[in-house]
Amino acid sequence: MMPEVTTPKIGISGPEHEAKLNELWETKPGILGFFASVDHKEIGIRYIITAFVFLGLGGLEALVMRLQLAGPNLSLLTPSEYNQLFSTHGMTMIFLYAAPILSGFSNYLWPLLLGSRDMAFPRLNALSYWVYLAAGILLYAGFLTGNGPNDGWFNYVPYAERDYNPGLNQDFYSLGMILLGISTTVGAANFVVTAFRTRAPGMSINRVPIMIWGTLTANVANLIVVPAVSLAFFLLWMDRNFGTHFYDPSGGGQVLLWQHLFWIYGHPWVYAIVLPAMGMVSDGLPVFCRRPLVGYALVAFATVATMILGFGVWVHHMFATGLPGLGMSFFSGASFLIVLPSAVSVFAWIATIWHGRPVYRTPFLFFSSMILLFVIGGVSGFMTASVPVDLQLTDTYFVVAHIHYVLIGINVFSVVGGIYFWFPKFTGRMLDERLGKINFWTMFVGFNLAFLPMHLTGLLGMPRRVYTYGAYGGWGPLNLITSIGSFLFAFGLLLLLVNVLKSRKSGDPAGANPWDAYSLEWAVPSPPPPYNFAVIPTVASRHPLWEDRIGEGGIVSTVDRGMLLTEGKQTIGTTAVDAVPDIVLQMAEDSYAPFWLAAGTTIIFVGLLMKSMTLGIIGAVIAALALIAWLWPTVELREREPTHG
Amino acid sequence: MVEHAVSQPRDLPVGPTISQGVGTWGMWTVIATEASLFAYLLFSYFYLGAQGSQGWLLEPHPSLKYALPSTAVALISCAFTWWGVRSVLSGRRSTAVLAFSAALLLGVAFVGLEILDWQSKPYQLGTSSYASIYFVTTGLDLVHWLVGIGIFVFLILWTSLGYFSARRSIVVTASALYWYFVTAIWLAIFATFYVSPYLGFGRWQ
Amino acid sequence: MSMRLSEFPLSYLSAAGTRAERVLPLTWYLLWVAIAVCLIIAALLWIAVRRNPSTAAARTESPQSIKDVPLVRGADPVRWISVGVAISAIPLVIALVWTMVALANTSGPPSNPDLVLDVTGHQWWWEVRYDSTEPAQVFLTANEIHIPVGATVLVRLHGADVIHSFWVPKLTGKTDTIPGQVNFSWIRADRPGLYRGQCTEYCGSQHAHMSLEVIAEPRATFDQWRAAQVASAPAPTTPDQARGRQLVEYRCGLCHQVRGTLAGALSAPDLTHVASRRTIAAGTLLNNPGNLSGWIEDPQAVKPESLMPNQFLSAQELADVRAYLETLQ
Repeated sequence: MMPEVTTPKIGISGPEHEAKLNELWETKPGILGFFASVDHKEIGIRYIITAFVFLGLGGLEALVMRLQLAGPNLSLLTPSEYNQLFSTHGMTMIFLYAAPILSGFSNYLWPLLLGSRDMAFPRLNALSYWVYLAAGILLYAGFLTGNGPNDGWFNYVPYAERDYNPGLNQDFYSLGMILLGISTTVGAANFVVTAFRTRAPGMSINRVPIMIWGTLTANVANLIVVPAVSLAFFLLWMDRNFGTHFYDPSGGGQVLLWQHLFWIYGHPWVYAIVLPAMGMVSDGLPVFCRRPLVGYALVAFATVATMILGFGVWVHHMFATGLPGLGMSFFSGASFLIVLPSAVSVFAWIATIWHGRPVYRTPFLFFSSMILLFVIGGVSGFMTASVPVDLQLTDTYFVVAHIHYVLIGINVFSVVGGIYFWFPKFTGRMLDERLGKINFWTMFVGFNLAFLPMHLTGLLGMPRRVYTYGAYGGWGPLNLITSIGSFLFAFGLLLLLVNVLKSRKSGDPAGANPWDAYSLEWAVPSPPPPYNFAVIPTVASRHPLWEDRIGEGGIVSTVDRGMLLTEGKQTIGTTAVDAVPDIVLQMAEDSYAPFWLAAGTTIIFVGLLMKSMTLGIIGAVIAALALIAWLWPTVELREREPTHG
Repeated sequence: MVEHAVSQPRDLPVGPTISQGVGTWGMWTVIATEASLFAYLLFSYFYLGAQGSQGWLLEPHPSLKYALPSTAVALISCAFTWWGVRSVLSGRRSTAVLAFSAALLLGVAFVGLEILDWQSKPYQLGTSSYASIYFVTTGLDLVHWLVGIGIFVFLILWTSLGYFSARRSIVVTASALYWYFVTAIWLAIFATFYVSPYLGFGRWQ
Repeated sequence: MSMRLSEFPLSYLSAAGTRAERVLPLTWYLLWVAIAVCLIIAALLWIAVRRNPSTAAARTESPQSIKDVPLVRGADPVRWISVGVAISAIPLVIALVWTMVALANTSGPPSNPDLVLDVTGHQWWWEVRYDSTEPAQVFLTANEIHIPVGATVLVRLHGADVIHSFWVPKLTGKTDTIPGQVNFSWIRADRPGLYRGQCTEYCGSQHAHMSLEVIAEPRATFDQWRAAQVASAPAPTTPDQARGRQLVEYRCGLCHQVRGTLAGALSAPDLTHVASRRTIAAGTLLNNPGNLSGWIEDPQAVKPESLMPNQFLSAQELADVRAYLETLQ
């Protein structure tokens, strides 16, 4: 008879206890275990690796483009080839790299940061990865068959409509993006519920790491805005394939409807791909400054404020479309205001370094340089907030410089810093520090060489999205510098790969806390056991592992004694604000259902793409069966009563 | 003097309860995201209408012949759903099965009425942007109702198998929540497509 | 500086027209603020990183030594944030207010324009229609716009196929041409000159080669030009011109118009006065006999995937066509 109510046993860990937990939490070995795993750490690593593969692909696309643009009037690529390259590059980086890499870090780290044994929905976690992989493969199947996106990553109509784009390019893109949206949405649901319900006791909302604030904010936003882009693509697919008239004026459609729907999603999205990264810096930088982050509450507040304001600026992508001046003024004003919460984070970080004792390790180099790159990207954005000035800046290489400073500067530099910071936790080994410093300088110099002059290229009027340019513009030398810098930057990323591959086997052993950091993930072994925490920690401050040295006495956190929770695969559920334990959660075992649901759903989408009813039905049946198997109430998960006879 | 905080809670429920289970929270995130989808659909309707030219509204006075009964059917099905949940919580299994079955039948009736409404329209999907947004919005709504019907088929099966009780009822409450949500979406669609033209939207050109 | 900048034809850091000039000081203000902020932050960062370096032990390669760097206890200097954000807000508010003023000063459209143009964006060329209250004065041309210096010109923007964007940096910021709506831009050149423009909304394969030119000239010169443009094509005077005209009517006329001949299609640029233009193929080539021949013979080599197919003319036919086109001044 399963207990309905329990008082969890408190104790300390020991070999027997850990063996029991291992048995409960370990993934099945072998290939079957691979497909059924619901271990958030395994899923996190898969996300990170897959996202880096896409970073590499997107980077190669960029390098080929930079060869074509290294001088005026070159003909390495035809217009079609170039146009598919720049569109696929944008799609890959923004959708298949920038968000998933942050999901990967969050998936791995969140339960560890929160003092929990798992995310709220383990199987949903697996589903979000499989669907992401499937969507990425579907989108690249288009590209590799010459049917890649070819209208930029933001895909304006009417050029995306069938009249002007008769091939399958837009159908691959539309359906692939809707499929990817499913991954993003289920992932977002998981993060939101996890943040509010599965924290360690005592980790009240004002004690969670900033990375939690950043990712939570981003994912609440995703829940609300991903449907806008999914709808935009769905309506496009309908226009192209079913004769509807959403976007075509001849049938009463509105060309700008696309832009509104897309940017209502698109602008919050760009905050979703930087706020978690900023959170990583807010959590990592203090470790290397040997002091807590300055202004934690202000930074947390600024994170949320940025996202809220981020919902109200989308029209700044549409300033040239002939909208009424009053409306544009509102969005221009909001676009200026949004600079302020960003400034909060910048000054918090500078203050943390200023009043700290900086230790020049590779993560520190990435985290601190990110601040400068953030500011450069931020001020170019500030310039485009002004409507009349934007009408000169927009659609020139000035904006290309801006977006790369914010995307590479804020996302990539934080991520690479995060790799150097957390690789020891993931693998138990340190990355090579000397190679790390060379890695950093190559990336830093290469990136700035490529993109700093690009501001000038834009100010001199070079338009975006051109497969070649004439000598008349005077842009030749600047483009050559950009091309050279981009290769240097790419080489820097290659050094990261070399460092990772080399250090996996021969890096120095790391131990649990090689950086003497303060958050809970550093309290467990490296790599962590499948169950994360042998006993559930109790948290009393923002810096559990530093309390003895920076605290003023009083109550401190406990990591080595707490709830044992071994009556099954269990973790503790706590209240949303104060993190008071209120339920013992039964977590799902390994399951094939997520994989099969992802497979079935993908087959449906391939059926839609190829207009095959058969494939659609097969996919629907597989998906339905997987879903039923998944949702069937079980006694183990306490979803139903055991029936008698 | 340093005191170590150790959380020692007593008498915690094991496994999902209605208020504390993560499943309910999960259903709320589903509702948030699907409600957003419909918000964008309705935004598209209002945008197309506001930017449209004279005659955009193919039906300046949309027929309520099927829509009004649909609304009634939807609301009554919610009442039955609510009754079913209360029955589960008070241990009356057969009443619960009855109530959920009634809700299910009403759900099927709703779908039927919608299809009749579609067939009664003098325009098709590709006639104009008005027709397109009408059929796609109500079509996506129908998909959500069909999913609800699918959920209720299993809900009835599981209830009749005795799976649920006052303590183990999260599946029931989450399913009911979904059903109420789908009805709420219909109310929003009804107000937009069927009521707002009578209030003047789309007829001022 | 602006002399040098004016050598970059698409740079908007110098202006030659009222609408662009009214934005220029704000552009420079924002640019200087941006540069100043970057330099100040860089300086603060540099000082922050260097001012309190950890002990020598922490600077070595040994990963254990970070533990030897003691943690900093003490207060939370939040002042940094409040002061920093407060100082940042000042140039921000100035920018905001200035923006509203500049927006009001430049939005238009002007109520009493001296000249009205209808510009339609096509894949990948600009159709220009000179409007007039007298129907006989209305005419079509393509890719090259002449305006009198000092005249206020209203530009109505139409979209024929996909979204394009009308941009002449020295004279005005961008406004899109969007199918289904009419947008408005306006220009007023302060001094004579040739001002280059460019499509700046990705519109397909040859987006890169969709330029236009605006030539501002004294009133008298403009009037002369306009009178010439209104006129129909002159009759051919030599046999090769006559043969050329026939080829133009029956081949080119499938897409192009030459007023006064049987060539009357409107899906490609009006060629009635093509020889008077400085460039062809939407600014891609200078208009000289060699380029003209090359373009007609093999447009796909100049603008791959453009909508003008190769004509497969014989050498004689090509020479005749060119002879006729050269009369279309």
